[in-house]
Amino acid sequence: MKKDIILAGVGGQGILSIAASIGLAAIDSGWFIKQAEVHGMSQRGGDVHSDLRISDKEIASDLIPEGKADLVISVEPMEALRYLPMLAPGGWLVTNTEPYVNINNYPDLQNILDEIKAYPNHIAVDANKIASDLGQKKSANMVILGAASLFLDIEGNKLEKSLHKLFQKKGEEVVHSNIKALAAGREFAEKYIKN
Amino acid sequence: MDKLLLLGDEAIAQGAMDAGISGIYAYPGTPSTEIMEYVMNSNEACEKVIRSGWAVNEKTAMEAALGMSYTGKRAIVCMKHVGLNVAADAFINSAITGANGGIVVVAADDPSMHSSQNEQDSRFYGKFAMVPTLEPSNQQEAYDMVHYGFDLSERYQIPVLMRLTTRLAHSRSGVRRKPVRVQNSIQLPSNSRQYILLPANARRQFRHLLENQVHFQADSDSSPYNVFLDGKDKRLGIVACGIAFNYLMENFPDRNIPFPVLRIGQYPVSRPKMKKLYRECDEILVLEDGFPVVEELIGNFFGEGKKIKGRLDGTIQRDGELNPNKVGMALGLVIPEVKPVSKAVTARPPKLCQGCPHIYSYNALNEALSGFTKGRVFSDIGCYTLGALEPFDAINTCVDMGASITMAKGASDAGFVPAVAVIGDSTFTHSGMTGLLDAVNDGSSITVIILDNATVAMTGGQKSSATGKIEIICEALGVEKNHIRVINPSPKFHEENMNIFKNEINYKGVSVIIPRRECLQTAAKRIKEQANMKETEKVNVS
Repeated sequence: MKKDIILAGVGGQGILSIAASIGLAAIDSGWFIKQAEVHGMSQRGGDVHSDLRISDKEIASDLIPEGKADLVISVEPMEALRYLPMLAPGGWLVTNTEPYVNINNYPDLQNILDEIKAYPNHIAVDANKIASDLGQKKSANMVILGAASLFLDIEGNKLEKSLHKLFQKKGEEVVHSNIKALAAGREFAEKYIKN
Repeated sequence: MDKLLLLGDEAIAQGAMDAGISGIYAYPGTPSTEIMEYVMNSNEACEKVIRSGWAVNEKTAMEAALGMSYTGKRAIVCMKHVGLNVAADAFINSAITGANGGIVVVAADDPSMHSSQNEQDSRFYGKFAMVPTLEPSNQQEAYDMVHYGFDLSERYQIPVLMRLTTRLAHSRSGVRRKPVRVQNSIQLPSNSRQYILLPANARRQFRHLLENQVHFQADSDSSPYNVFLDGKDKRLGIVACGIAFNYLMENFPDRNIPFPVLRIGQYPVSRPKMKKLYRECDEILVLEDGFPVVEELIGNFFGEGKKIKGRLDGTIQRDGELNPNKVGMALGLVIPEVKPVSKAVTARPPKLCQGCPHIYSYNALNEALSGFTKGRVFSDIGCYTLGALEPFDAINTCVDMGASITMAKGASDAGFVPAVAVIGDSTFTHSGMTGLLDAVNDGSSITVIILDNATVAMTGGQKSSATGKIEIICEALGVEKNHIRVINPSPKFHEENMNIFKNEINYKGVSVIIPRRECLQTAAKRIKEQANMKETEKVNVS
């Protein structure tokens, strides 16, 4: 088992909560993990990414070699395209379709979405809509994680368990709404693949 | 014991706590900030009464650590690479005094300049000060090496430098802890002259340091972190320093490298091990993240020896951090070409947060300066450096901590008036106060804008040493009271602020304007923490 995952987004969008959820589940599975993050200047609204590697064998590099990633998980569509070249042939792209517009020259969204959809192994999910339909706008990231979980090979309820650990400080209600978002994301992705 | 999932920085912090430090000293700086933060947030550190908290700058941090070491206790001091420039006077001289209690100096380098103004390599400082230097390759080593470094420091009574780079500092992995060591008790150095660097003593101490070099060498020769790995194919010998070893391994999925490899984690470089590699192999490839320190050391000045490949001969790009692909290409492996990024993707540079107080300071300043020729704003290191970007285009320099005030002074001395300095509150107390005193003493005509957002913002909102003290410091340094102006950088005060800027810019002398409003990120964090505390209180009461 080896999954090399690029997590992408904009500074402040909270991609690290996705990373932490997968990381905890990987540790729970007895796997090795390396996760390189970006701190500092880019966190101020710049594009950020994190290299997350999980494996049942020891991992050498903290960085994923270019063009070798198994999965790109992006919480923002233009950032998904930025990291698409990191994917190995046959790798999967899971991305939010809701743009984060903090620049004046944000490109035409339809173009971006068309390019994403031109890549065969993709799941494009309107995570913000699914999250707000559930009445929990803040858990859009967990919808995306749920959709990506199809490709993570993490057993049973280990992701749910890591959400418990991550959010228990904030109370049972927050834990459950995040788990619900996770399930909704997964359900969406299962249907998306079939269509 | 369970593995902890830790950043390289956090592994160093946990390692230091477990190795029995009595104190940690640091100034925030990417990528080193999380070392101190981990200790500050640790209940364990609190129970053990380990001293923690932010220093005014890296020099004061280094000196305080040296003072703790003087008493016989263990201390760690942490900074980013350029912070070691600030601490250099204390650091270099600490090699002459030597240590009493163990002292480990951590410098986190930032090759590729992810969040820095240069990519200098701290191993040069290790060589400059002639102290043993450690370079971990992964999180577990980062943890283990702190224990090892403190023992090394106490064995030879010498500060030990530990150098890591951004990728390790900010990458998480599993770390297994060692047994916890108790803190040292107070025991002053047996030689009461050790720390008095009067020339007569300093000469003796320096000779002692020189004599110790042979021991540092011998220690490197037997170090568990300098490992010779044999390989059958002697056409190439590989030197892999620190994290470069991981990138090397990444290129051999079965982990079998056909070539002999010298893995380096401790300096000075082990001569016998390097000699073995050099003798056995036809060519040498040096892999190191940062400057070509080892490559230069073993390079043949006259070009008559064996071929040494690395960053100097162009095998590897001279600048920028290493990665698996760069190392693969240096090995001559076939690296599949990566597709270019879609043309639809545009750059998304970092920017000031929406509603950030700096925005309104720059808007007012730009308007106040609109009647003058361009190029008058000397700025500094912090979030406000983003004022260089569109739509502000408001600043003209950013060099090192504190340089805004002194460069404005120099420009003003040259007759370039008005000259404006823009500096943050924490940067001001870090290295701006002395420059302001220069300007006052010289009667220079400069306008100093101290952007007071009550935090060290860029590194994630650490406590600023300047909070609540700026006016009184400026006044004490001799700035006239009626030319110390505090304003609220908010759009509703734009006209008023702009006029204050204009008046002070026209004033021939030193004036200070302090736009004061809390950083939005820090405010949000504070409000959240307060709410959490209230929540906890409620639970406790019920």
